[in-house]
Amino acid sequence: MEFIGEVAAWFGDPAHWAGRDGIPVRLLEHVELSGAALLAGLLIAVPIGLVIGHTGRGALVAISIANIGRALPSVGVLGMVLPLTLRAGWGLGLVPTLIALTVLAIPPVVSNLHTGLREVDRDLVEAGRGMGMSGPQLLWRVELPIALPVALAGVRTAAVQVIATATIGAILSTGGLGRYIIDGIAAQNQPKMVAGALLVMLLALASEGLFAGLQRLARPPGLRASDARVPAASAA
Amino acid sequence: MRPEEEFIRWDWLARNLDMLAFRLGEHMLITLVAVVVGFAIAFPVALLIYRRRRLIGPILGLAGALYVIPSLALFGLLIPITGISLLTAEIALVSYTLLILVRNTLIGLDGVSPEVLDAADGLGLSAHQRLWRVELPLAVPLIVTGLRLATVTTIGLVAVTALIGQGGLGFVILTLGIDRFFATAIYAGSLLSVLLAVVADLGFVWLQRRLTPWSRAQVA
Amino acid sequence: MSSATPSAGGAAVSLEHVSKRFGPPGGALVVNDLSLEIGAGEVCVLVGPSGCGKTTTMRMINRLVEPTAGRITIDGDDVAGLPAVELRRRIGYVIQQVGLFPHLTVAENVGVVPRLLRWPDAQIRSRVNELLALVGLEPGDFGARYPAALSGGERQRVGVARALAADPPVMLLDEPFGAVDPIRRERLQNEFLRLQAQVRKTVVFVTHDVDEAIKMGDRIAILAPGGVLAQVDTPDAILAAPASRFVEHFVGADRGLKRLSLARVRDLTLGAPLTARLRDAAPALRQRLAAGGVEYALLLDDQDRPLGWIGAAELTDDRLLGEADATPGSPLLQPETTLRDALSVMLGSAVQLGVVVDERDRVLGLISVDAISAVIQASPPGQLPGA
Repeated sequence: MEFIGEVAAWFGDPAHWAGRDGIPVRLLEHVELSGAALLAGLLIAVPIGLVIGHTGRGALVAISIANIGRALPSVGVLGMVLPLTLRAGWGLGLVPTLIALTVLAIPPVVSNLHTGLREVDRDLVEAGRGMGMSGPQLLWRVELPIALPVALAGVRTAAVQVIATATIGAILSTGGLGRYIIDGIAAQNQPKMVAGALLVMLLALASEGLFAGLQRLARPPGLRASDARVPAASAA
Repeated sequence: MRPEEEFIRWDWLARNLDMLAFRLGEHMLITLVAVVVGFAIAFPVALLIYRRRRLIGPILGLAGALYVIPSLALFGLLIPITGISLLTAEIALVSYTLLILVRNTLIGLDGVSPEVLDAADGLGLSAHQRLWRVELPLAVPLIVTGLRLATVTTIGLVAVTALIGQGGLGFVILTLGIDRFFATAIYAGSLLSVLLAVVADLGFVWLQRRLTPWSRAQVA
Repeated sequence: MSSATPSAGGAAVSLEHVSKRFGPPGGALVVNDLSLEIGAGEVCVLVGPSGCGKTTTMRMINRLVEPTAGRITIDGDDVAGLPAVELRRRIGYVIQQVGLFPHLTVAENVGVVPRLLRWPDAQIRSRVNELLALVGLEPGDFGARYPAALSGGERQRVGVARALAADPPVMLLDEPFGAVDPIRRERLQNEFLRLQAQVRKTVVFVTHDVDEAIKMGDRIAILAPGGVLAQVDTPDAILAAPASRFVEHFVGADRGLKRLSLARVRDLTLGAPLTARLRDAAPALRQRLAAGGVEYALLLDDQDRPLGWIGAAELTDDRLLGEADATPGSPLLQPETTLRDALSVMLGSAVQLGVVVDERDRVLGLISVDAISAVIQASPPGQLPGA
């Protein structure tokens, strides 16, 4: 009971809202980092997913990517990028974290985009082709709108994965809300640690809410609601 | 890491095979405990909400919310209660398995054809017999898939527990690797983890095939 | 309950003022004050358009649905007096999609109820083999297969075997042959009738097909929408004298022809064809044809199965008869085939003679269109042979 008071006090302390270690700064760092990684990941994953999903070729590649994505420990990815960036002279901190996060964002997006496109009723595609639609037109007008909810579910998963790993990125001296948790553990400052945890949790839930909402909007009216898939990669 | 050093120190690997094996074993054990406990909780919960559909929303919602919370944050929330310990790690790991296991078990049970259920009732199976002799056996493929997903996911998560002092391959990646800027350990730990996950995945695929001989039957 | 062969005899089923309503009081009745007596060993067909409550009525007998009002008894005992699960183990239940358990082998499926009743293993095994043989599935071959490896017709038969396993006195069948193609359906219907002749169980059979009802039923109960009993009587009586406009409309304007479906091929005297066998000499056959004053002979194989007709005109040389010499053309009929089906098949084929065979396709005899017409002309209503 008393402990909750301590946590509340931590939030109440104005010092914690100002400066380089303040909540707004850390939050922004976290969001920026996650957002950038997600965007970069999308830039790479979406073209790949579109090609594999639309043509149906390279399914083996897609499945392998999905499986490896599920199996990779996020800490491992962070760790594996680090020596490479150090050698390249890009330093510790932001660059390896960003690269690692981008890598982690790719599998769920590719996998879901592929699955979503593959699951479009073949009859619809045939009908479209029969009407004279070209490949890209089919993709844009028929396949993608139907596959969108599933694809967005992949982005949703990727977002959570990225936010979660960005939290861990604090061990590489990056900023973000993970700093509070890591520093809190190190300094045995439990209120700080819990506060950080709560903030991260809220951010993750907010992201979920945002993408869930987008998913709902993206569902073409008249199509029956499809079950949201269990996220392929884990929250780290 | 100085550029002139070799990237992977094979001699280090050769000298530390024992340690790596130990950490691998530790990793497997932590995973096993998490999945077993997770299933022990998820299975009865799934049976419960299979019967009482109204509970589906709240329970899946709760499990889903837990699943979304980043592990480091979950550790942070648990530490004041259970300290920096294996228990904290296991509690977190268990909560991540719950969504997958409950959902898959439920979907498996829901997937049984209505006419099979009607035939079971008509032949005179009690509700209990119907559940254990018909519904659950037919749900096995999805239950095993759930266990497979949960196991592979957990294997990936165990590494993070090194941040709160736990072992497994996370220890190799973090303490021996990242903290000391030692690439060999980082890569060894990560790749072993991936390897473990792949082996577990294949193991479950094999298990599923063994448990469902009837799914491969085809009209002659 | 356990016997070496399925025992003859069923139990009498009685429905007394049975009604069923789904939903709150004041709603529509699905079954409306239905009273029906079904004699032991009788096949009673419940037939009617959709929404007439026939399936609901059947499901109230084994309490998959509980009546809103009224009483159902089996051999005088109220079905509500037993725990539902126990009741159902004493009633055979076959549904349209069969509902075989996909994860159990055919043998394990058939043995489900005996296993529930805790029969000894050896007894279950022998019973399963006996039943599979009874429905025409070789136990050694089919016993270990899984349902996914069976065709639709084979699955239906396993379903019937499964329902018969514990030798129940009452069988409920809900459109059991509906999911199979018409050719196989006819075969299954005939086999069922053959079986019933042996086991004489009380059968409640639901169908929407009035022709199937006429063929299968000792008595037919026609239900009208709203669950009202429109008429219950023997098929011939209903066809000869429908009780209402609805019944008349339901049985169809061709009820005269339908009455033909009440007599079966076995009720006629079969003609004897002139037969020849593989490897007989052609000249000898030509002589026999001439001597008999007949144009065509029926070629049989070594198991007495018909291969086709050979005309005298084709026997121009000295060869030994082979399969290629025969012209198949006669449709094969079974003793249980109704005269109506036989007529329809014969009219549609090139050779208007029907070859009648037994369950192993061995020749029993011939019938002709003329023979059938003679039967109709000779019988007043209600007195068709075999009706």
